[in-house]
This record gives sequence, C-alpha cells and structure tokens, in this order.
Amino acid sequence: MKLHRDILLRAYRQMKTIREFEERAYAEIMNGQIPGFTHLYTGQEANAVGVCEHLETADTIISTHRGHGHCIAKGADVVGMMKELYGSSEGLCKGKGGSMHVADLEKGILGANGIVAGGPPIAVGAALAAKIRKDGRVSVSFAGDGSVNQGTCFEAMNMAVVLKVPVVFVIENNYYSEHTSIGYAVGCDNLKARTEGFGFPVFVADGADFFSVYEAAGKAIAHARAGNGPAGIFAETGRFHGHFVGDPQHYRAKGELEDLRENSCCLKNFRARMAESGELGAAELDAIDAEVLALVERAVTEAKAAPRPTPAQVTQDVYINYISA
Amino acid sequence: MPQKTMRDAINEALHQAMAADDSVFVIGEDVAGCNGSPSGKVGSVGGVFGVTAGLYDKFGPDRCIDTPISESAIVGAAAGAALVGMRPVAEIMFADFIGVCMDQIVNQMGKFRYMFGGKSKCPAVIRFASGGGFSAAAQHSQSMYQVMTSFPGLKVVIPSNAYDAKGLLLQAIRDDDPVLFFEPKALYQAACEVPDEMYTIPFGKAAFVREGDDVTVVAFGQMVGRAAAAIDALEALGISCDLIDPRTSSPLDEDAILESVEATGRLIVIDESPPRCGLTADIAGLAADRAFHALKAPIKQVCAPHSPTPFAPELEAAYLPSVERIKATIQQLVQG
Repeated sequence: MKLHRDILLRAYRQMKTIREFEERAYAEIMNGQIPGFTHLYTGQEANAVGVCEHLETADTIISTHRGHGHCIAKGADVVGMMKELYGSSEGLCKGKGGSMHVADLEKGILGANGIVAGGPPIAVGAALAAKIRKDGRVSVSFAGDGSVNQGTCFEAMNMAVVLKVPVVFVIENNYYSEHTSIGYAVGCDNLKARTEGFGFPVFVADGADFFSVYEAAGKAIAHARAGNGPAGIFAETGRFHGHFVGDPQHYRAKGELEDLRENSCCLKNFRARMAESGELGAAELDAIDAEVLALVERAVTEAKAAPRPTPAQVTQDVYINYISA
Repeated sequence: MPQKTMRDAINEALHQAMAADDSVFVIGEDVAGCNGSPSGKVGSVGGVFGVTAGLYDKFGPDRCIDTPISESAIVGAAAGAALVGMRPVAEIMFADFIGVCMDQIVNQMGKFRYMFGGKSKCPAVIRFASGGGFSAAAQHSQSMYQVMTSFPGLKVVIPSNAYDAKGLLLQAIRDDDPVLFFEPKALYQAACEVPDEMYTIPFGKAAFVREGDDVTVVAFGQMVGRAAAAIDALEALGISCDLIDPRTSSPLDEDAILESVEATGRLIVIDESPPRCGLTADIAGLAADRAFHALKAPIKQVCAPHSPTPFAPELEAAYLPSVERIKATIQQLVQG
C-alpha cells in the first residue's frame, strides 16, 4: 500500500501528538497536577489514527474512557483538551467532563464515555440519523475488548444489522479489561468469529501498525458508507500503561511492558517503514517531533494558567431551558 | 370540541409532529409491528397499546422504525440520533423496562450536555406506558417516573388527561432537552375535549384541577382523577380543596404548590408509587422546608405501600390509593 505524502505526514503527526499528550499527561498526573481518573492510550495510537484518517469532519465517532487518542485523531483541539484534563473553565467541556468525557460535537466527537460499551448504541443512533437523512455520513464506535461482553454491545451490533445503518464497530483488543485478561473474560476462543456472527464483516488489523489499521479501516468504512450496513475492525495491540494511571499492573508478565514498548510501538514501526521505503525522511519526522513537543508544552503551560471554574458554574449546562414557558 | 381518548390524542400529536418536522421519527419494539412476519401486514400493530397506529402507513419505514427487543439500543439510538440533530420519539413500552436501559437514559442522554460543557443538545423523547390498574403484576405496573425525577438533565412528564397529553407531548418533541414521557396506561381510554390543531403546554406549569380553601391536594397521573372524585364527593360536607396536577415532576411547579399551601395550611400528596424516596416525600419535604409556618396540620402522603405491585385484582385494588382512601384522608385532616 502506497499512501500520499500528506497522509503519511499527517498520520505520523497525529500518532506522535497522541503519544506525547499521553506521556506528558502521565507525568503531570504523577506530579499531582491533574485530578481524577485518567486512562491513557499510549501504545494504541495507530488504531485511532488509522481509522480517523478515513473520516470527514461531519462523520461521527464515539469513544471510551480511554478516549484522548480518538479525540485527537478526530481533530479535537489539543490545548482545549489539556485544559479540560486540568479542569479549567476554558477546557473543551468547561471543566465539567474531564478526561473521561472529552467531546467536541462540531468535530463529530460525540464524547469519550465513562461507561464500558455505553457508546455502541449511541453510535448506532448517529448512523441511523445518517441513513434517514441520506447524508452519506458514517458513525464509528470505538470500544475495547472489555466492551464486547456487555449486553449493550450485543444489542447495538444486532440492531445495526437489522436497521442496516452505516456504523463501524472498532474493537481495540489491548488484551485486558481493567485487570482481567481477554483469555478469561471472553468465553469463546475466536472473538472475530463471534462478532461476525452478528452478520457483518470484521476486518483484522495489527494495532501497532498504522498501515495495517488504515487498510482494514478503509475496507470497513467503505462498506458502511456504501450502504451495506455495519462493519467491524479488530485491532490488536497492548497499552503501554495500566488500566488507569496508578494501576500497579499485577497482571503483566515479567518483561511484558518492555517488550511492548520495544516491539509494538506504532511510531517505531512507522519510522522503520519510512526508512525502508524512503517515502519520508528522518529529518522531516524529527521536525514533526519537535513541533509536537512544543505544542504539548504549550498546552500544559496554558492549561496551568487557564482560569478555574467558579461555584456558580456547578448548576449551569444541565438543561438548555428548565422552565419552558 | 371533539372528544378524544388519551391514546388518540397522543397518536394525533405524533402524526402532527411528524408531518410538521422531518427530523421527528418514532422508534421502538412493534411501533409498526409484523416486520418480517409471514402475514406481510407490516404496520398493523402500531404499538402494543395502539399509540403509534398509522404512523408506518403515513411516514414509512424510515420514520416509524421497528426494533428488536433491545431497550438499551433503542434509547441509545434515540440519544445518538438526537445528538446529531434528529428529534426521535422512542417507545420503551412498559415503564418497568427502564431497568434494562437505565444507563443509556441516566448516564448517557441525561448527562451529555453537562459533561460536554453545554455544547451539545439531545432533543430525544422516550415514551413509556406506566402505572397500575391492569392486573399486570410487579414487572408491568410500576410508574417509575418518581425514580427518574431524581436525575438531573432529564425532564419528566406525566399527563393525567387526553388534552394535557397532546399538548405536553408536542412540547416534549419541540423541547431541546431529553424528555421522559410517562403515559398512565389506565388512562389510555379516558376521553376529554381535545382540539384538532397543534398546541403545546409548557413544562413546569401546574394545572389547578379544582380550587378550594381547606386543603391543598397534589396528585400525579392516574391519581389526579381519583383525587378529583374524592374532592367532589366531599363538597357536600362543605370541604373544598385545591387540586394541583403538576403535569411535570421535573421541572416541578414549586410555586404553585407553595402558594396553595400558604393559603390552605394543609397538604396531601398522592401518588401510586411506593412511598420511599418518591414524589410524595419530595413534595412533603418541599412544603416542610419552605411553608412550615403556614401548616395547620401534619402533611399527609397517600401512596402505595413499600411493596411490589400485586397481581390479583383485589390485591391491586388494595395496593393503589383509592378514591375512598383519599377522601378519608382529606376528611380526617380537615375534621381532625
């Protein structure tokens, strides 16, 4: 597969932005600078970027508690996101949502979601709207291997087939639902086959390889956009951090994390491929690295200086109009 | 003015809202009916209570959408479609089934706007058939609106007559916030005058069903008619009551209740739900907090006992607040 330079440059920049955003967020959390629970996407960047590279702004995604990567890949403002993590009133959600609820409706981001498999039914709804309006949009549901054992996920997948709506279910297998291995939590030994049993095609990708995800996502999204009903993407790769920041990760094998960072890093894989093909030079990738680091530094600096919400804002934004006369 | 049942009034509101606005659609189990069946009579059900009758024939399969029995996916589909600009009206059939789609209602559609910093709107309506009176037993008889009232972000509507049902539903569909619409199923056949044209009734504005001096009676849904019957029977004894039907429990017309209590000095709150953490306790608390100085007697709550809804007709009759029980409570409160 040969991709246009612009796509390659953008994809690398997006993956690098997610990586640096997450690694910096980790450092800031460990310093006690960011409140609440945070779930980092480090290691899985190629999944979000490989999928979102096929999407237009008007297409929608719904994400998970591990949502920073999906939101950045779909075009969320990095500075606004960092401000949201800090809880500033200038954050993307005015400090009302935080890490688990980053959203930007204008960018087609229907929100990160703190409920495992809360998103798939909502993605079906956005796809249903696209079908009714015949506007050619697709809706993408990002969810993890933990979500596939939830009833809402089953309901959404079945209903998507029944209503033949343009939704793509992205299942990111990072091998652990919280602290429990997929080998224990998924009762069958072939999750792809189980998912296909709902009646739609599932395309498998190496989640540490942007090109593999991009290719699978292209097929899945084209299938949905053409009016053939839902499709699935099954991408496997480990997360480099725990379930949440602070997770002692007792479930890991000895050397597992080191192995992941060494051998399942989408950025390393991308650079190796570019070095081999010569499509992008190391210098231009280094330049992107520097720009991304500067952007993340600016995001943190601005987030630390950003205004804090005031108590009067507690009760704002609950309703559009509570007494409708 | 023509007489219409609550079922027909709601049906008419759906027809009119869908004709007026292309973004309105209905979705749920058997809202059309007979999809995929050998009879080929698609659309011939129109909801198990007939409330969505004729919508499939008029508006087609894209706007009257049958679903599998998947309540979470039904609510989620409505919520997702609403987030991107549609105005879905989903049906969950019996209100008791909220139990299987609670997350999508409470954690998802009810919280989007807040979690997203006021940058989204989710104009979805979820309809339920609620309440007792059918010997439908413990899993098909609950009102559930008292539970849902406690969740910020949701609006909760409980019509007590056909006229209100039409106006409140049209307001619900037009409203930009998510609305839960509870239709007391015992009242589907109850008729009153209902205009043919479209009209809306604002949320948070109570109806004064009766006006009087001695007692403030607040009742919801099915209990409004029973309270009115009790009050009318007491007229001969020289007892007169304000009967307030809040029509929406969220928002709640607190001013109407408090002003009436200030005038009468006595309060009875009636609901068919069990007593704990319910609407009767909520409104009793409101009055105790803000109109205590005006009270001449203890606040009385008339509601179901702390028990599931029973099946046998005589048990259910004993379970639901009756006209006699309401009457006796009012009389006792006034006469001591």
